Amino acid sequence: MSFNIVVLAKQVPDTRNVGKDAMKADGTVNRAALPAIYNPEDLNALEQALSLKSKIEGATVHILTMGPARAAEIIRESMYRGADGGYLLSGREFAGSDTLATSYALACAIRKMGKVDLIVCGRQAIDGDTAQVGPQVAEKLGFPQITYAEDILNLSDNKITVKRRLERGIEVVRGPLPMVVTVNGSAANCRPRHAKLTLKYKHAATPSEKQEAGSDYTDLYDAHPYLNITEWGVNDIEHDIQWLGLSGSPTKVKQIENVVFTAKESKRLTASDVEIEDLMKELIANHTIG
Amino acid sequence: MNFFNDNPAIKFQLSHPLMQKIVTLKERNFAEKDKFDYASRDFEDAIDNYKKVLEIIGEIAGDIIAPNAESVDHDGPQVENNRVIYARGTQENHDALTQAGVYGLTLPRQYGGLNFPFVAYVMSGEMVARADAGFANIWGLQDCAETISEFASDDIKAEYLPRVCDGATCSMDLTEPDAGSDLQAVQLKATFNEADGIWYLNGVKRFITNGDAQIKLVLARSEEGTSDGRGLSYFVADNKHDHTVLVRRIENKLGIKGSPTCELVFNNTPAQLVGTRRMGLIKYVMSLMNGARLGIGAQSVGLSASAYNEALAYARDRRQFGKAIIEFPAVFEMVSNIKAKLDASRALLYETTRFVDVYKIYEAIESERKLSPEEKAEYKDYLKLADALTPMLKMFSSEYANQNAYDSIQVHGGSGFMKDYACERHFRDARIMTIYEGTSQLQVVAAIRHVTTGNYLKMIRDYDAQPINPEFTSLRKRLQIMTNLYENTVIRVNETKNQEYLDFQARRMVEMAGHIIMGYLLIIDASRDKEDLFRKSAEVYLNFGEVEVRRHAAFIKKFEVENVDVYKVI
Repeated sequence: MSFNIVVLAKQVPDTRNVGKDAMKADGTVNRAALPAIYNPEDLNALEQALSLKSKIEGATVHILTMGPARAAEIIRESMYRGADGGYLLSGREFAGSDTLATSYALACAIRKMGKVDLIVCGRQAIDGDTAQVGPQVAEKLGFPQITYAEDILNLSDNKITVKRRLERGIEVVRGPLPMVVTVNGSAANCRPRHAKLTLKYKHAATPSEKQEAGSDYTDLYDAHPYLNITEWGVNDIEHDIQWLGLSGSPTKVKQIENVVFTAKESKRLTASDVEIEDLMKELIANHTIG
Repeated sequence: MNFFNDNPAIKFQLSHPLMQKIVTLKERNFAEKDKFDYASRDFEDAIDNYKKVLEIIGEIAGDIIAPNAESVDHDGPQVENNRVIYARGTQENHDALTQAGVYGLTLPRQYGGLNFPFVAYVMSGEMVARADAGFANIWGLQDCAETISEFASDDIKAEYLPRVCDGATCSMDLTEPDAGSDLQAVQLKATFNEADGIWYLNGVKRFITNGDAQIKLVLARSEEGTSDGRGLSYFVADNKHDHTVLVRRIENKLGIKGSPTCELVFNNTPAQLVGTRRMGLIKYVMSLMNGARLGIGAQSVGLSASAYNEALAYARDRRQFGKAIIEFPAVFEMVSNIKAKLDASRALLYETTRFVDVYKIYEAIESERKLSPEEKAEYKDYLKLADALTPMLKMFSSEYANQNAYDSIQVHGGSGFMKDYACERHFRDARIMTIYEGTSQLQVVAAIRHVTTGNYLKMIRDYDAQPINPEFTSLRKRLQIMTNLYENTVIRVNETKNQEYLDFQARRMVEMAGHIIMGYLLIIDASRDKEDLFRKSAEVYLNFGEVEVRRHAAFIKKFEVENVDVYKVI
């Protein structure tokens, strides 16, 4: 029996190691200065998918990512860890997408894939921190969704049981397939890249990448079909152009403020319990902590 | 942190001209490229494959092993019901490397390995040791699989090697309470049972690193009534944890605390003979030890790298008298000397490893087909080079690891004496490195014949003939003067024809040869390198080594044969 898992993953700028040139003068992210990485929580999602794959006979894991040509790296990174392959959704029509346009494009691509039993993705990406794309994809496909998943506990009789990590505790829920599950950063870390899979898939490429690289190893791709990464443009999916890219994105950035911490004044406190308690109250009140 | 990507000095070694020969021989002209989907297709592809896999190991070293090192050192392994339980971090490290499919790096693909040369394996060892020197032993014990691959029957290979690739742990069980440096005295008994055709092991082993491992290589006395090395054979035992191998205790050690050092009782343990009877010590253990010495070289260099990183970071960060302490000559000299010793021992490490690679690959090819006369001659040359450099590497790299760890604490001042900084762990971990797998004193015993036969001198002359960048001409001039001093010193000692005198001066002469060889390696590397990685170290090391060479030459010049007597202690 086939069981098809799709992982939605995103290549993001590494906002965890921000240097002084991380922002441009106009307040937008200087993507050139930040290394492009696999969105951390999408890696947690991939681990959930791979761990299901090892438990279910005939299960496959494919990655779907939307982005520029270089985002194919995300698909290879996934294959190094055990994914079967992936789809890169790419083209300038998708540029400028907010979460609504992104989820629309992803949903169109998923419909084209045929039978999909489970969609997993990270709770949110570290560049936008919206946590909207997963739930919106579920809505558009008409699938139920489980958010904040920490562990997929069980999968049987077409039902999935998931442990959710919530603000004040955990919750175990069950729901019918097909389902969208968004995975929390507290879930198991993703397994490392596997040496043999890395060497096997390191030449995997999209048609644009192969074109860019020239004619090296052309025989390789004919002999090993698994090295061909699917690349879809806007014409490969059924869509309504007005819902894509900038025109499909109602989100407008009104203003961006570059916050620079300038406070220089200091306050002297004694080690008395009263003063410490006052300080804690103050810090909580002005949202410095808590 | 990725310990491969952040270290251009390691990557540089992959660009050495000899790699072409090593890769082509190791890959048998890429014969397996259509047989295994992960096999290399050509030279560039092979080097890229090494980099890809070293990146995986570098990431695990930086992100998992290094952060675990402190708690592993603190918690250590435990013994429960005669079984070893690793510290939590140790298990996590091992599991990550197993999941990444990187154990069995050098083993043939037909047994699940990656068929990488030792150069790549030694790089992995250096990175793992930089993260946690104690864990480097558990990683490095896959050397055991290498001797199985070299000497065991096809059945044994098929039984054990794939398990190593799947993460089965290994140990080499040689030492006994009365057989340490002198392994000829091994007593553990191997008895062949005619009825079931199986060997059984009985006796005690001591100081066994990773002693509760799943796959054990055991040196045992198979010939009743013998008392020397020729009565010993080599066995492989599957430790099924069924009470035929008991861990009696683990040692409470100064350093490398994460690596369990066990006292073992063998109680009718079934085992299989590896290779030929009576060849256990003379052939197989010698080969195993040579591999292990290379491993200690990697471990030592990794530790030096870590000591250097800690010292440098602290010296840049710590401010006294209104400036960072790295700005004071007394401190920057120390830090530069650590770096120079690190770079010198690393240059020697990879030079030795390349020689080991070539001769080992020829040995493997010889088991498949007859070598041509040219290949045979080349095999012998590289074997000789490897034999000459292995003890020198083991001695120098381990001594430098200790000196560097000592100086790293000194750079930290009082803070370095506290448990708050990693340098105190490095200092404790380094201490065993000049001792195990043959003490520095025993490395001198192995190296001295290359002094007396002129082998080192010939190597030095060959290095001298290699092209270098003109800016290093004056350094080479100084090396030539050092070489003359060395040559004259050796003649003087040889002329006495006094064995005791030779033994007494042996270490000094081996050290002289070593300083000169490392000096040459550094200027040759610095000439080839385009990132300016080694230029400073070449000069700093030469300043250091030159004085050492002169010191030893002066000592020996004034030292008559009878002067040895004053050192004798009864």
